[in-house]
Amino acid sequence: MKKRSFLDTFAAIPHIVWVILFIIAPLVFVVFFAFTDTYGNFTFDNISMLSSYAHIFVLSICFALIATVICLLIGYPLAFFISQCKPSTQKVIIVLLMLPMWISLLIRTYSLMALLDNGGLLNSLFEVIGIGRVKMIGTSGAVILGMVYDFLPYMVLPIYTSISKLDPKLLEAASDLGCSNFKTITKVVLPLSAPGVVSGITMVFVPSISTFYISQKLGGGSFDLIGDTIERQFQNVSTYNVGAAISLVMMILILISVAIMNKFSDDGGEIIV
Amino acid sequence: MKTLSRIYTWIIFILLYAPIIILILFSFNDAGTLNKFTGISFKWYVELFRDQAALNALRNSLVLAVSSSLLATVIGTLAAFGINKMRSKFLRGVIRSLTNIPMMNPDIVTGVSMMLLFVAAMAVPFSPLKKLGFTTMLISHTTFNIPYVILSVLPRFKQMDIHLTEAALDLGCPPGRTFMKVELPLVLPGVISGLMLGFTLSLDDFVISHFVSSPDFQTLPLYVYNQTAHEVKYSMYALCALMVFVILVLLLLVNFAGKKGEETKPKKSSAKKRRQQMRELLSGKENAQ
Repeated sequence: MKKRSFLDTFAAIPHIVWVILFIIAPLVFVVFFAFTDTYGNFTFDNISMLSSYAHIFVLSICFALIATVICLLIGYPLAFFISQCKPSTQKVIIVLLMLPMWISLLIRTYSLMALLDNGGLLNSLFEVIGIGRVKMIGTSGAVILGMVYDFLPYMVLPIYTSISKLDPKLLEAASDLGCSNFKTITKVVLPLSAPGVVSGITMVFVPSISTFYISQKLGGGSFDLIGDTIERQFQNVSTYNVGAAISLVMMILILISVAIMNKFSDDGGEIIV
Repeated sequence: MKTLSRIYTWIIFILLYAPIIILILFSFNDAGTLNKFTGISFKWYVELFRDQAALNALRNSLVLAVSSSLLATVIGTLAAFGINKMRSKFLRGVIRSLTNIPMMNPDIVTGVSMMLLFVAAMAVPFSPLKKLGFTTMLISHTTFNIPYVILSVLPRFKQMDIHLTEAALDLGCPPGRTFMKVELPLVLPGVISGLMLGFTLSLDDFVISHFVSSPDFQTLPLYVYNQTAHEVKYSMYALCALMVFVILVLLLLVNFAGKKGEETKPKKSSAKKRRQQMRELLSGKENAQ
């Protein structure tokens, strides 16, 4: 190797400074606020107060888990079917799948709300058919539907990526050796696409558990999830510390679950974006 | 089996697109309700373009998206270059995983942590930061854009034929100029797709902006959020439809840039081919002089 030039050595410096100032320092402040009161004195009160928010944590985790499982059940077959299409068709389908990911979450949620609303199109349709109006906004079903609708592409895409990377010879070998179609899927495709499943689960679970817009719009204010709670704490200076404590706990919970999930995949958990 | 899977795929996609398509259709609804469609009219679009606050928000969004994606691209490209040249594997790993924190963390935590930083910075006496606004938004958006720029540029640096750089240096090209004339053009497709990715992400971001903005600097998503929080103006549907259209165009552009990049991806080239490539790159330099 030749000697390193000035550029080689210092090109990453602005980025490192940026990381320290705007990625590490903010997290340090979250920890700091979580362990201090409004006057800046050290205290454990914020953390111990969290027990009164336990039901919110449980509810959020339940909602996010249900949404993730539904996404997985819908998304896995979809990803598999897409991977079986012709390559040119696959490209088109993947672009179609990515398009909603790029449309603002607000707009997607808002359009779903417009559809489900009491005076919305679906209810007008129900009335015409003769079922009568059904209250959908404000039910837990609507919130979970919103999560599934908003985050489904994030499940399908990584699974599709890992299935399409599979060597087709493996599938041929399995069927040559007498595996039925169903067994090929459960014994060969499923284990080998585990990294995709893991990153799909992460990419659905993390935004689901931290959302506040979906629960506000589709929950009609009758559900308080972690995201709503954090958002409310930060509207008022006096509750910043509690908000920081909730954020800290949520962040740690998520990091732990992501770490556990990544243990299950051999891939080291590279998130596919 | 084949038809069954096809039907399944169709149903999912119809469900996925139905709300958005209905939203776009009803943005042209004369009646201004979601109950029934009375006739095509552009009056909600006209109303939208008379809405000064919406136009302001649009301008703010564009200014912010352009500046934050440019800043992130400069920092991120240099960082990818530096990370690629780094000798210590450990250091490289540390920097990469720290960089990815904003991608791993839920947006709300990133937003909250940024807000706390800014609040603390504002509390310091004589601090240059007086209030939340453009500066804080720019910092936050740049921060969450940088990982995506690095993600799209770093593989290009890794794939790059290192002999091209070495040849340029051997021929007496100074490192700075080698970077501009040889390395940058080779990774340019990655840089452009990083820039566009950053632009779209910034345009799209709501959660992080929600925490680090103030009412005097609103972007489009924040404006939509504030409008839909209370009584819904029907012109919001027109705004949403327009935003979907813009994203569609941008996505097509990004895809196009990505495809072009794949074509110029350096393959394992023979010495002859490499010399040819080198000559082409350096001839660009000669022409400029």
